[in-house]
Parts: sequence; C-alpha cells; structure tokens
Amino acid sequence: MTEATIPDASERDEQTVGKPQLEKKVSMSCRNVDVFYGEKQAIFDVSLDIGKHEVLAMIGPSGCGKSTFLRCLNRMNDTIDICRVLGSLRLDDEDIYDPKMDVELLRARVGMVFQKPNPFPKSIYENVAYGARIHGLTRDKTELDEIVENSLARAGLWEEVKDRLDDVGTGLSGGQQQRLCIARAIAINPEVILMDEPCSALDPIATATVEELIDELRQRYTIVIVTHSMQQAARVSQRTAYFHMGKLIEVDKTDRIFTNPGHELTEAYITGRFG
Amino acid sequence: MSKLQKAAIKRRDIREAVEQSLRARKRRSWRFRLVGLVAVLTGLLLLAIMFTSIASKGYSAFERTEVLLDIDLEEAVIDPEKTRSEEVLMRADYTGLIKTSLRKLFPQVKKRKQKRALYRLVSTGAGDQLRDRVLQDPSIIGSRVSVWLIADDDLDQYYKHGDSQSRLKDYQLQWVAQLNADQRLRTAFNSTFFTAGDSREPELAGIRGALTGSFFVILITLGLSLPLGVSAAIYLEEFAPRNRWTDLIEVNINNLAAVPSIVFGLLGLAVFINFMGLPRSAPLVGGLVLTLMTLPTIIIASRAALKSVPPSIREAALGMGASKTQMVFQHVLPLAMPGMLTGTIIGMAQALGETAPLLMIGMVAFIADVPTGPLDSATVLPVQIYLWADSPERAFMERTSAAILVLLAFLVLMNLLAIWLRRKFERRW
Ligand SMILES: Nc1ncnc2c1ncn2[C@@H]1O[C@H](COP(=O)(O)OP(=O)(O)OP(=O)(O)O)[C@@H](O)[C@H]1O
Ligand SMILES: [Mg+2]
Repeated sequence: MTEATIPDASERDEQTVGKPQLEKKVSMSCRNVDVFYGEKQAIFDVSLDIGKHEVLAMIGPSGCGKSTFLRCLNRMNDTIDICRVLGSLRLDDEDIYDPKMDVELLRARVGMVFQKPNPFPKSIYENVAYGARIHGLTRDKTELDEIVENSLARAGLWEEVKDRLDDVGTGLSGGQQQRLCIARAIAINPEVILMDEPCSALDPIATATVEELIDELRQRYTIVIVTHSMQQAARVSQRTAYFHMGKLIEVDKTDRIFTNPGHELTEAYITGRFG
Repeated sequence: MSKLQKAAIKRRDIREAVEQSLRARKRRSWRFRLVGLVAVLTGLLLLAIMFTSIASKGYSAFERTEVLLDIDLEEAVIDPEKTRSEEVLMRADYTGLIKTSLRKLFPQVKKRKQKRALYRLVSTGAGDQLRDRVLQDPSIIGSRVSVWLIADDDLDQYYKHGDSQSRLKDYQLQWVAQLNADQRLRTAFNSTFFTAGDSREPELAGIRGALTGSFFVILITLGLSLPLGVSAAIYLEEFAPRNRWTDLIEVNINNLAAVPSIVFGLLGLAVFINFMGLPRSAPLVGGLVLTLMTLPTIIIASRAALKSVPPSIREAALGMGASKTQMVFQHVLPLAMPGMLTGTIIGMAQALGETAPLLMIGMVAFIADVPTGPLDSATVLPVQIYLWADSPERAFMERTSAAILVLLAFLVLMNLLAIWLRRKFERRW
C-alpha cells in the first residue's frame, strides 16, 4: 500500500473504460470537459452521459476532481474567479455554458445538496419555501404550505418537524439539517439533483434514511452523488464513475464495477489498495 | 536491559521533561495573566478617577440657588390701563418690581452703588421668571406673591461652595447672611440647564441649544453616512470586479479613515461653505462634514461584517437559483447587519464627540437661541464644552463638567444600544 503501487494516470492517455455514453434517455451529456483552476488543470477531457432517473455515483481518491466536475453541472464553478471550464455540457440538448443560458434557471433545474449541511439561518418553513418564493412558483399561501409539507415528507423529515416549522433550521441535528437541505432542493422539482458527499457528516442511521430517500427520489429525478463510501455507491447507484487525478477512468453499471472492474486503477481503488 | 525496560525509562524521561517544561509554561501563562490583570485594573482605575473628578465637579451644576422674595405686583406698574393684553404684560418692568422688593427687604441700603450691588444678588433672568409667572395667571396682578427667583451666579457659587474665592463683597455677604437667616435661600433642581440655550450669565446658560444642534448634526450624519456607507460596502465587497481601480479605492478608503478630522473641516469649509454657499455654523454643514469623516469607518466595518458571513450560506442561496442580488439582500445582509450597525454606532459616537472639524465651519460662535432647524446657526455639545471651559467665571467651570457628564451619558447610551442591537440581531449559523 505504498505510493509506488499507484500507476501514474496522468502519463497515460487512454479512453475511459466501460460505457460513458448512453443511447437513450440522456439527461445530461458532457463531452471533452477540461477544467482549469488558473494554470492548474483539475479535469482532463471527461466525456460522460447521465441518464434520466438514474443514480450515478462518482467515486475516486481525494483531490481527483469529483467535486469540481459535479460543480460544472450547475455552473457553481462560476463563483470561483479563477475557474475555467472548456468542452460541452448539455442539459436536455441545451448548452449549459451558453452565454445566453440563465444560471438562475439552470440551478433551479439542477439542484444541489452540499457536503456540509447548510440550511439558511431562518425558520424550517422558510428554508423549504425559499426556492418556491424566489422562482415565483406560487403566490398562494395554502399552495406554499402544501409544497413545504410535501417536500419535508419526501425528505422523511415531516414527522419530526411538523410541530416546529417556525424553529430556526440551524437548530436541527446534523442529519435533520441535511434532510432539510434535501427538502429545500426538491421543493422546486429540479430535473437533476447533485449531491456532494451528502452523508459524510452523518451517523449510520441518518445515512440509511438519506440513502432510502435517494432511492425514492430516483422515481422522479436524476441524481448524481459523490461518495467516499464504496458500500454507499453500491447500495444507491445504478451506474458508477471512477475518477483518478482529474480523469474519468471507468464508468459502468455499478454491480459490474464492483464485481468485475475493467481497469486496474478501479480495481486497486475498490479493493482498498489506495484511496 | 530488556526492550520493555528501556521503553519504561524513556517514558519516565519524557514525563520528567514534560513536567519540567510544564512548570515553566505555567509560570509564563501566570505571569501573562498577571500583566493583563494589572493592565485592566490600571485602565479601570484611571477611568474611575476621571469619572469621579468630572462628576464631583459637575454634579453641583444640576442644582441652582434661589432667593425667596415677596413681590407686590402693582397694577400701576404692570398694566396701568387694565388691558390685560399679552403684549402689555410681556413688556412690563418686572425687574423694577424685584428691585422694589429688594429695597423693602433691606431698607438700610441707601447708597446708589450699594443698591446696585444689592440688585446684583438676583439674576438678570429673574424678571423673565416673574413675567412667565404673571403670563400664566394674570389674576395675581395687584396681589403680593412670594416667589423663588434665580440667584446670581456669584451668590449661587457662594451658597453652594462656601466663601473661598467668592467674588461677593463684604457688605453683600452680610445681606446674604441675613437672607439665609430669614430662610430666604434654598437650592433647587436646575431646570434652566436643560431648557435654555447658551448665555453670558452662567446661571441662565443651558445645554438645550447645543443638544439640539448635536441632534440635528447626528441625524444628518446618520441619514447620509449609513445608506451611503452600507451601499458602498456592499458594492465593493459583493459586486465590484477585483481590479486595479477597486484596489486603489480600497487603499484610499483605508487611508481616509486615518486622516486627522480637522482636514475634513477644512474640506467642508472650502467645498460646502465657500464653493456651494451653504450657511456657516449650520448643522447641515456640520452633518455633511461629519458624514465625510465617518464614511470610511462605516465602510470598513461593514465590509468586515460582509466578509465574515460564511461562504456556505452564499453557496446555499446560489445553489437554489437565487440571483446574486437576492443572495446578498436575503441572506448575506441580515447576517452582516449586527456588525454593520455596530460599526455605524461607533462612527456616530465618534461624530458626537468631534470638535475640530466643526470649529473650521464656524460652529464655534456664541449662539443663545435654540436652533429650530438644520439651517439655523447652532453649536454642538463638545464645542459648547470647549466654549465654557474657556470662560473665566467659576460657575461655568461646573457647567463644563456637567456638560461633559451629559455627553458621556449619551456616548454610554449609544454603546449600550450597539451591544443591544448586536445581541438582538446576532444569529447562530
Ligand atoms: N477553488 C480552487 N482553487 C484552486 N484549486 C482548486 C480549487 N478547488 C479545487 N481545486 C483543486 O482541484 C483539484 C480537484 O479538487 P476537488 O475538490 O474537485 O477534489 P475532490 O475529488 O472533490 O476531492 P475530495 O474527495 O477530497 O472532496 C484538487 O487538486 C484541488 O486542489
Ligand atoms: Mg470534494
């Protein structure tokens, strides 16, 4: 388990193993994506399709660019001044990086749940109602109540908080906060939900709740989840993508990746030889 | 020696070494705490000395000496035509009535010079006091009333502080002794100090004018510098691109915060008075000058408050599809509010105590009238203190201290307000 056993990926210039591209029911498609932080390149020529109603897990060692790639999908990278994204990223055949594209609309369609729960320091109700309010989804109070209740229920939080919707969201436990953030994200019915290590701050029970939730959400949404837990990837995802030093090494059906990986790096990672 | 034994010895060595260094470390931290404690105590002691010295000098200004006189309100003097019109009552010679009463009280005083000395025991403002009494209730005309009238400042000082350095003559002191024996002297709450403007006579001088002036000045300063400072901070921190120009602006703002305040006064004199032709001595100009002075403070404090809002909140808002403006106004600003308000109130406290720039724009003139608007000539509290401190009369000395007490009270109030606001708006995240 020394550094020497890690083959240097940046030296090799080969195609992604597995099936990065899908024939039908594509939600997002990325072609030849390069990402730079200033001079430093963080993502190298990644091409990948994300199918409708699937859960795609992204795994890989720390610093390999999972978060960077995920944040390209809803242009959260725009907030970093030095970050540049090249290549083509499309959501339902619309170019995400088209200058005419509204990032507000894009982010309403591609929601995000962050690694650290980050509810607004406002009431639980306001947290969930926020998206509906700013996007003008409804002017009607009862309709808004309905949206809030529905979203909280789907995030598995309604029973716990229904009597204290006016309490401040940051006063919940870590797991509850993360589910609140998920409720907030699904309240505006996005097409895609991006999750960056949503369970890294949670205990096993809260993790199980969130995983169940992801499985349910798959009926309606496309989900991309970054995780460091191989078991979690195996449990919740249909396809798994393995990143290594900014390159997409392998993408395939999850059970295939975990039983019969096509690339030696993938195998080394999932068998725990490094990571 | 076995491996285990060696390890045990090594452990003991480490333990000893740590214990030794620990002793040194503890001593150092104890010494540091002692130094800190001494520093704090010295500060508190000096503060206490300052407060007690000001308070002990100033508290007596909140009391004034009054003389009880029996006055015949002769109709022939006040209102010979029995019109009872306000105009006639206003112009009647009340001072004459007071003088008559004094002469009756001291029939032995005959010489002209001595008579004048006798009249001087009562303040020149006593006539107005009597007039107000009559205007309030004209039916007392024709009767004889006993009134407590304001004493002159020399009598006031003598009665309150004893005869050291008294300016009263020996024969005056005799009359005072007689008045005292007849129980015609007393001290009462000095309401004049809070209701009157400045005056040449210490017993008639008050801080109302200066307080009103300060109020207008602070109002204008707050009304201009809060919105300007906060919007400048928001723009610079959240929206402005980072380039050479914004760097230059930032450096300049930081430098402006360190510019001596009198320079802002010169600027105000040149721009607002000489160039724009605004009136001298007006609170409006004072407010504008102090706005210039407090803007950098507010901008710097507000930017620091904006910077301290955690990025996770910003990402959460943007991730929900909020626009940058929505993110700033709905999430960042509420969290930065306590810091911004604290900075603003500190700036206002600074402005409230500022003298130098206001001297430059002529707010140092003697103004007896209480200003009624921001364009009237006015002075402010710290300048009033400066003016009184310069006066030779002993009675002005205690008024100086009393005015300082009032100013300090306002500053303490403002700082308490700052703390209260911070507590109220502060939220966990
Ligand atoms: N804001 C940034 N500025 C400069 N470099 C960055 C920035 N964010 C990430 N990087 C670099 O980009 C590379 C990929 O980072 P990224 O955060 O995408 O990794 P990751 O796969 O999400 O890692 P982890 O599993 O630890 O979260 C790293 O080498 C990192 O140093
Ligand atoms: Mg990451």
